[in-house]
Amino acid sequence: MYKLMINKEEFNVDVDADTPLLWVLRDFLDLKGTKFGCGKGLCGACTIHFDGQAMRSCQLPVSAAVGAEITTIEGLSADGTHPVQKAWRDHNVPQCGYCQSGQIMNASAFLSNKPELTDTNINNAMEGNICRCGTYPRIRAAIKQAGNELFVDAMEASK
Amino acid sequence: MNTINQLSRRKFLQLTGLSTSGLMLMGTVPLNASAADVLATSEGHTLCLFVSINDNGRVDIVTHRSEMGTGIRTSLPQVVADEMEADWQQVKVIQGLANVDYGSQNTDGSRSVRDFYHIMRQMGASAKHLLEHAAAKQWNVSVSECHAKNHAVYHDSGKTLGFGELAATAGKIPLPDLSSLSLKNSSDFSYIGKNIPIVDLHDMTVGNTIYGIDVSLPEMLYASIERTPVLDGKFSQYNASAAKQTKGVVEVIEIKGKPLPAMFNAIEGVAVIATNTFSAIKGRQALNVQWQANEHSTHNSETYLDQLSDTVTNQAGEIFRQRGDTDAGLKAANKTIEATYRTPYLAHASMEPPMATAHWHDGICEIWACTQTPQRTQQTVAEAFGLTTDQVIVHVTLLGGGFGRKSKPDFSVEAATLAKHMDKPVQVVWSREDDIHHDYFHSCSAQYFKGGLDDTGQVTAWLARAAAPTISSTFSWGNETLGDNHLGMSFGTIPFDIPNLQLERHAAETHARIGWLRSVYNIPFGFGVGSFVDELAHAAGKDPKDFWLELIGPDRELEFASEGLKFSNYGRSFADFPYETQRFKNVITTLTEKMAWGEKLPQGQGWGLTALRSFLSYVAVACKVEVISGTLKVTEMHCVIDCGTVVNPDRVHAQLEGGLIFGLSLALMGQIDFVDGQTVQSNFHDYPVARINQTPPIIKTHIIDSDRLPAGVGEPGVPPVAPSIANAIFAATGQRIRELPLNKHFNV
Repeated sequence: MYKLMINKEEFNVDVDADTPLLWVLRDFLDLKGTKFGCGKGLCGACTIHFDGQAMRSCQLPVSAAVGAEITTIEGLSADGTHPVQKAWRDHNVPQCGYCQSGQIMNASAFLSNKPELTDTNINNAMEGNICRCGTYPRIRAAIKQAGNELFVDAMEASK
Repeated sequence: MNTINQLSRRKFLQLTGLSTSGLMLMGTVPLNASAADVLATSEGHTLCLFVSINDNGRVDIVTHRSEMGTGIRTSLPQVVADEMEADWQQVKVIQGLANVDYGSQNTDGSRSVRDFYHIMRQMGASAKHLLEHAAAKQWNVSVSECHAKNHAVYHDSGKTLGFGELAATAGKIPLPDLSSLSLKNSSDFSYIGKNIPIVDLHDMTVGNTIYGIDVSLPEMLYASIERTPVLDGKFSQYNASAAKQTKGVVEVIEIKGKPLPAMFNAIEGVAVIATNTFSAIKGRQALNVQWQANEHSTHNSETYLDQLSDTVTNQAGEIFRQRGDTDAGLKAANKTIEATYRTPYLAHASMEPPMATAHWHDGICEIWACTQTPQRTQQTVAEAFGLTTDQVIVHVTLLGGGFGRKSKPDFSVEAATLAKHMDKPVQVVWSREDDIHHDYFHSCSAQYFKGGLDDTGQVTAWLARAAAPTISSTFSWGNETLGDNHLGMSFGTIPFDIPNLQLERHAAETHARIGWLRSVYNIPFGFGVGSFVDELAHAAGKDPKDFWLELIGPDRELEFASEGLKFSNYGRSFADFPYETQRFKNVITTLTEKMAWGEKLPQGQGWGLTALRSFLSYVAVACKVEVISGTLKVTEMHCVIDCGTVVNPDRVHAQLEGGLIFGLSLALMGQIDFVDGQTVQSNFHDYPVARINQTPPIIKTHIIDSDRLPAGVGEPGVPPVAPSIANAIFAATGQRIRELPLNKHFNV
């Protein structure tokens, strides 16, 4: 039995120690927003936050998630108004939408470190997340907008 | 639910005969309903097959096509809402079940808007007709005094009734004769041509969506299947007890393959059934299935492509299109150029692998799947189990990408097979490795071209030969010859004004399941033709843009039958969709006005372009590359499309952006190999697709303003990418690339 803290809620799951958190979320806790894409940490569709850092849940055994604060797409914001989610909608980023939970979770973790919003930084941060529909140009634009809202505008205002 | 008047509403109304532009319609769609009508279960009053309205005014519009990223769940209902004067904010989109009454639900071939634009307008217009007649009845006035606008009907006197107030009455009025319907003028459109955000946008950003893998039913079990690694393979033994010892595993089930052709049959495999996905995966790892060798176990794609290349280069094939005397033209030429190109097998690799869930109950088989083709799913499952199609219900989930893979319902047959055995709901979960190993692969190809130039650099003769495994082999085993419609994709339909032209085909054996992939044979043939035109341009010492325009020649409409090619024109008549050289040239000239064609560039940088007509749209692409010390970077991509009338411009731009990046993936890195009959690649580490860091900083798309009939959008952006990059590489370096992918030649 493993005690997990997911989206600020406590869950107890009875699974083998090596069960990836991805399948715990999906099959045992009915949190289906986190997607399966490759099972090898190659595509980023399953990205969640582990103590605020982006992590591939398909590579995270449930036993290693104990004691951490886990956030999934369902818990990123109460009502879908995280600046990254809003920017995704403003730029009409999704096509099929399947990878976008992972993209949004990866982008929001990246922006929490207040990086400089250059294409190079964005590319480096996001290159682990595949979008087969090819929404990358809009992802770049949306990340810049969200970053501006999250910290650049705030910094400008404080000057 | 409105049951009154259902009999008359089920009467099939012919839609032919109503036409604002004299166009031929794609078959017929009845205005109303059948047993599989999803509107029958909504609380609204059914107006026609696609529309119901409840008493509060909420309009339910059915979307019968599958959403795999094109935005079709929005675009077609957007057309209905416009024509019926509904307020989009009060529209709810309902996904249709498999139902032949809708007409084709096969969401491929870039067909959704081009085949259903007019029919959706008629559906909207019929709903408007009923609402206006309902108002006339309630007011006891002439219908000519009643006009629908903005979700209400207005009387000339100024009084109004909302759609909700009219719904019950409208639902009882007989459907109109189609000849009584009038469609809006395009100047009055409120939604057609507007950037309406997709209906699933919010849900997709909060994880509140149901794809094939997200279906969850009470007592549902999960399956992971070890399938034959070789076409038509049979297992010899496996360890069921080891698999069953895995915690959570409840059963091991054999799936016996059927004889070729592959069709949409489940392929031979051993399924592990468990209470959760991970247990099924772990149990499967313990199976240790042994496979028997067969005639396909020797297939080696490298050797195979060597042989195809040798054949097309050195042997005359069967002529399928001919003009003039090409032999004489080549002999008389001032200069001849020849080249052989080869392209590899490709896999679709949609982000969501194939997924299906089945549940047998009450004498029916109910299926939930990320399918591009619900009716084909229904028919295939019905045939596999001796059911009538009425006994198979197919729900379409969102699709995490499709690209043609999910137009093959083999995975739903697997789910139905296992669910029947277990007598419980079973979800079949394909891993990424399953997806890549057991794809219906995009065909590899070899193409040979020989061109003759006169002393002014004009092309006087064009000889071309193609060989590629045919998709037809998937349905007709032993068929080794490409048909005219596949050859017609950019190879057989070249629009060039050349006096002597001869096109030939060669047979090619098949050793894998071959299927459609986004743009189909336009991908290899667009590469061959687009590259060879560039080779000829340089041999003639001419600017490639000028050379393209000269080669296409005067404005005219093309037909191919008189020269031997029986081309179906993507299923539409040449009367509705003529092949117009003016539009072909226009996308090229517009493209070169939109980017810096002709700019002086330093050594190692270059521009390349190409153009083609696919899925009835005309598209031109230019790419800029930089090649430094063996490393290739694509720095700009520009695309111009003429796709006729556009319903949702933002989604067309999105499809083009995505098409360019899909094309970039296959140009740079797309390659599936077979060794000993087995797929070599398995996941994104060895079948890489484009990532954000490989995406050019500049990607621009432009839509030609047009009021012509809508043409295809989802696919045409893909094929021009590889040839335009290869041509840019030549401009940058003088190195001609004749074999894809480009990572064989450069670091990418």
